[in-house]
This record gives sequence, structure tokens and C-alpha cells, in this order.
Amino acid sequence: MSAPYPLLASFGGAIEFIFTPQESNVTGGKKVGGFDKVVELMLKQLEVTALALALALIIALPIGLWLGHRGKGELLAIGIGNAGRAIPELALIALVAALIGVGLLNLTPALAVIGIPPILTNAYTGVRQVDRPTVDAARGIGMTELEIIRRVELPMAIPTVMGGIRGAAIAILATATIAPLAGVESLGDFIINENVYGDNGVLAGALLVALMALALEGSLAFLQSRLTSDGLKLKTV
Amino acid sequence: MTSPGLLAAAGQVGEGFFHERSSGTLPCQARTSHLFCFDWARENIDRYGTPTVQHLELVVFSLLLGFAVAFVLALLAHRTRWLRPPLLASTGVLYTIPSIAFFFLLLPITGRGRDTAIIVLAAYTLQIIYRNTMVGLDNVPESAKDAARGMGFTERQILWRIELPLATPEIVAGLRIASLSTVAIATLAVFAGAGGLGTQIYGQGNLTFPTTIIIAGGIAILMALALDIMLLLVQRLTTPWRKAAAA
Repeated sequence: MSAPYPLLASFGGAIEFIFTPQESNVTGGKKVGGFDKVVELMLKQLEVTALALALALIIALPIGLWLGHRGKGELLAIGIGNAGRAIPELALIALVAALIGVGLLNLTPALAVIGIPPILTNAYTGVRQVDRPTVDAARGIGMTELEIIRRVELPMAIPTVMGGIRGAAIAILATATIAPLAGVESLGDFIINENVYGDNGVLAGALLVALMALALEGSLAFLQSRLTSDGLKLKTV
Repeated sequence: MTSPGLLAAAGQVGEGFFHERSSGTLPCQARTSHLFCFDWARENIDRYGTPTVQHLELVVFSLLLGFAVAFVLALLAHRTRWLRPPLLASTGVLYTIPSIAFFFLLLPITGRGRDTAIIVLAAYTLQIIYRNTMVGLDNVPESAKDAARGMGFTERQILWRIELPLATPEIVAGLRIASLSTVAIATLAVFAGAGGLGTQIYGQGNLTFPTTIIIAGGIAILMALALDIMLLLVQRLTTPWRKAAAA
């Protein structure tokens, strides 16, 4: 009879934490949480994610597209993708914090490392999959190699390329949750500092991180469908 | 040998972490900026035994559970087409929720510990294994199925003796991707109170001691590599005709 009620109570407590500041056991009467703090930490998490994703894109996208265009470096593009999956995020962030230092400047490259493999691999395979006769036709009408990449290969590879970017964005956002270990306050602060925020804070943090990830994935999926040309959509139906 | 001040300083960082084994502080341990302390590693390598076994257990159980569920879902979707979009969407949602958040969302329901970690890690593998299994089944040439039908195979026989064997490379490829990321993400299981190699990264004093982060992270990477090679062998053994075709 009482079984579902503690569950409702814990999620209810978490939602209360999101909107109204709560008492804490360790802050000496100072209240923690509340809407302002939630918004502040969400924005921070988004900022960290956006910076790292931008850095990963700047590095991995041109390399992946170029390698795919030239049809070279398959081992590099695919190998890095697989090796990247095996990097334990916790160890990476902890190591960067311990050896190089804490703060946004050190955290951003570390998070970018997590985003690079999926972007690189998908950019490479996406471009490789583009029909070769189409590329030859583009060359035949006098397009330069850069034009071919930008106006033929990239548009046709958008679904695969965006798939990599979505994977990278989600992985970076997820890892940004442990950003407090590198001295950057993100939503993970609610989760990691259990003694300050209490059970309600931990659950609220988890809930917000999950919702943010779903929202990010949803908006990138929307962006992908906007970027995909109508002709390509017809083909997949 | 060691000055009390140094011990106190190390104690502040480590809170007993440094003193469990060694009676004094090793010279390279006190300097937190030191990249790798070989003396400490030599003396303490056996403390990684239990976490490594725990980690492997988490990974293997999650992969088995994830594979079982994803495989059944894929067979269902293979037979019942309208199930495909909702299954893809729901496994996608599970894949999108960051595992660390997922651990804590489950805490009020399944409590702290290994079960919670295994559920989350398995949920994370569903999308990859399900999608690869579907791709594998979809890629089976219609002509192969027609030939089997012509030989009098029932639909069930076609599934088990034609489609699944031909889909094995894709299915195992999915398992390989899933195992790589599961080994890495299982380091976060420490937040769910499930042990594993993460305890040697996130435990007391570990975060400021690069040596232990490198050892634990290194073991995780080696474990991922070993599992990947094992699955590659499974792939070779279960698809002997590929070798024949290549030769």
C-alpha cells in the first residue's frame, strides 16, 4: 500500500528542490538549490558543452571530411573512433584535473577529446558513402575539390555527419556532469556534492541532466532534418 | 626517514589512503604533480585486483542482459514491422540519458549497488545492439531467403539457419562497440555504489594522485581491448564462410 508513496515523495522532493531553495545540513542555515541556482548551473553545463563541442568540431570535422574526400586514412579515422570509445571519461577528467589543472580552460580540451572520435569517424564514413559517379560529375562541371566537399559531399553526407555530431554532443554533455571534479560547477554539482544538496538535490540534478540531454538530442535531430535536403529525404522513404 | 610534516600533508590529501600499505610516504607520492610513482605502483598493484574483477563482472553482466533484451526486441521488430519506430525511439531515449544521471534516477527505485549499475549499463547497450541486429537481418539477401524457401524451409528455420547466421557479423560488430563503451562507462558505476575501477579514481585522495588514475584507467583500456579481441575471435569462429570467401 505504501510502496509507491516513498517514490512519489522522492521525486516530489526533487521537483521542490528545483523551484524553491531548501535547507541543507552543512551550510549553516544557508539555503541551497532553487530555481536561480538551477538555471545558473544549467547554463554553465550548456556553456561547457557548447565550447567543447565547438572545439571538437573545429578539429575533427575538416579532417574527417578531407580524409573521406581523398579516401585516405581509413585506419586513422575508424581506429580513432573505436579507440575513443574505450577512453574512460572519469579517468580522463580526473587525470587532466590532477596533472594539468582545474578550470574551464583545462576542462574544455579534455571534453573535446571525447567528442572528436564520433565526429571524425562519421564525417569520414559519410563522405566515403557518397556515390563516386556523382563526385566525378561535379569535377566534370568544373568544381574545385573544396567546392565538391562543401556543395556535393557534405550535403549528401549530412545524415551520417550529423549522427556523429549528435553522438559527440550527448557524450560531452554527459561527461560535463562530472565537470565539478575539474573545478567547474555544472549540474553535476547537485549530484556529486550529496552532503550539501541532500537526496532531493541529487535526484533533481539527475533529472535535469537527463532532460537536458533529451532536449539537446531533440534539437539536434530537428536541426538535422532542416539541414537534410528534401531530395535525400525522398530517397530514404 | 620521512618528516612528520610530509606525512601530515599526505594524510590531508589521502586520509589514510597513503598509509594503508606503506609505513612511510614514498618520496614521489607526496608530490601531487608527479606523473607516475613507480615505487607506489609496485607496492600497491594488488589493490586493483578486486576492483578489476568487479569491473569485469559489471561489464559482462550488463552486456549479457543488454544483448538478451536487444536480441529479443530485434526479433520482435523483425516480425512485426510497426514495432520498429517505437522501439528505435525508446532505445534511443535510454541511450541518450547520461549514465551518471540514470544511476541516480534509479536510486529511489532499485537502491544503491550493483543491480542499479547493471540495469543502467545494459540499457545503454540496447540501442547499439538492437540497431546492429536489425541492420544485419535487413541486409540478408532476398535471394538467400528465396533459395531457402524453395528448399522447403519454414519461416522459423529461415530465421535461425539463414538470416541469423548471415547477420552475425553485424550483430557481433554491435556487441564490440557496446563492450568498448560499457567498459569505459562502468568506471562511473562508483557513483552508484557498485564498485569497479572507478573506486580507484574517485575514492578518497585518488583524484589528486595521478598514479592511481593512470593505473585504473589503463586497466580499463586494456580490458576493453581484451574484450574487443575476444569478440573479434567469436566473430571469426561463428562466420567460417567469410574466411573461405576471402581466401
